[in-house]
Amino acid sequence: MTTTEAPLSVDKPRSSTRPAARRSNFELYSWIFMRLSGVVLLFLVLGHMLIMLFLDGGVHRINFAFVAGRWASPFWQVWDLVMLWLAGLHGGNGLRTVINDYSRSDRTRFWLKMLLYCSIVLIVVLGTYVLFTFDPNIS
Amino acid sequence: MTAPTTNSTTADLPSDAPPVPEGATMVTVKIERYNPEVDDDLHWESYRIPALPSDRVLNLLHYIKWYIDGTLTFRRSCAHGVCGSDAMRINGVNRLACKVLMKDMFAKKGETTITVEPIKGLPVEKDLLVNMEPFFEAYRAIKPYLVATGNEPTRERIQSVAERERFDDTTKCILCAACTTSCPVYWSEGSYFGPAAIVNAHRFIFDSRDEAAEERLDILNDVDGVWRCRTTFNCTDACPRGIQVTKAIQEVKRALMFRRR
Repeated sequence: MTTTEAPLSVDKPRSSTRPAARRSNFELYSWIFMRLSGVVLLFLVLGHMLIMLFLDGGVHRINFAFVAGRWASPFWQVWDLVMLWLAGLHGGNGLRTVINDYSRSDRTRFWLKMLLYCSIVLIVVLGTYVLFTFDPNIS
Repeated sequence: MTAPTTNSTTADLPSDAPPVPEGATMVTVKIERYNPEVDDDLHWESYRIPALPSDRVLNLLHYIKWYIDGTLTFRRSCAHGVCGSDAMRINGVNRLACKVLMKDMFAKKGETTITVEPIKGLPVEKDLLVNMEPFFEAYRAIKPYLVATGNEPTRERIQSVAERERFDDTTKCILCAACTTSCPVYWSEGSYFGPAAIVNAHRFIFDSRDEAAEERLDILNDVDGVWRCRTTFNCTDACPRGIQVTKAIQEVKRALMFRRR
C-alpha cells in the first residue's frame, strides 16, 4: 500500500494570508464612475456616431474642413473633450478589471497595468493637446 | 412504477451488486476523476448503472463506490441537503448531489448521460474531493461571528421581528461552496472573497445586535471585496438553499455607498 506525502493536517489553519483592509474607497469610486460614465458615454457616443456616420451625407462628407468647422465651436470641443476623457478612463478602468481578474502572476499583472496606464495617459494627453491647440489654418 | 427495465443490457454489472429494481433505467455517469498517487491529470471515466426516478445523484455515486470502484472519493454526510458536504458540478452546474433527483435528469430521447465534476476554483485533492481551505480562509477573514461590546445581558439580546427578518435570508447558508465555486471571478482570481463569504458578512452586517459592521464593510470595500462582483447570478442559481446571493452582495454594495443599514 502506498502512503501519501501530503500532511494529514493543514498548516496553521487559522493564520490569515490576507493583508489588512486598506480603508480606501478607490474600488467604490471606480465602480460608481463606471456606471455614471457609462450613462454619459451612451449619450455622447451615440450622438457622435449619429452625426459622423448618418446625418447629412454621413461618413462621406468628413474631411479636414469638416473637422475644422466643428472644432471652431466650443460646444463640440467640450463634447469631444468629455468623450475622450470618459472613454479613455472608462475603457481603461474596464481593462484594469480584466487584468486584475485574469492575470495569473503578480508580475504579469503589474506590467500589464503599467502598459495600460501608459497608453491611457498617452491617448488622453495627446487627444487633449490636439483639441486645445488645433489650428485650422495649418498648411 | 410498473414499466419494465428499459435498455436491458445489464450484463456488465458486477455480480455482487443488488438486483436491478423494477422501473430502473440504465444511465451513464461520467465522472471527472483524479488519483494523485497514480494519475498525472484529471480524466473522465464512465459507468453504466441502473437508476430509479426516485434516486438522487448521490445514490448513483454510492452505487459506483460500493459495487464498482471503491476508490471513488467524494464528501457526503447527512445526504439530506443540510450539511453542505456534497457540492459538485453536475451537468455543468453546481448542485448538491443529495438534492438532484434522477427523474429531472433523464434525457427526453436516448440514453441519459450525467457528468459529475469536482467544484471549480479549488484545488482537487482526489476525484470529487477538493481542498476547501481557501474557501474557509475567505470565510474566516470576514469575522463570521457576533461582535458585541459592553456588559453582556443577563438574558438574550433583544431584537424585533423586523430586525431579525432583515438578514433572515443569509442565515440559511450551509457553507457548501456551491456559490463561490460557480463564480467566474472566483475561478480566475482566487483572492476574491467570493459569494459565500459576502453572504456570511451580510448576515452580521445587517444584524442589529452586532457592532462590527463597519469593520466588515471595510474588509469588503477593498480590492478583493464586493466590487469584484459582476452580477452574473451564477451564485444565486447555484445556491441549494435558495439564498438570493447576488441580492445580498448588492445590499452590501449599497451599504458601502451610503454607509447606512
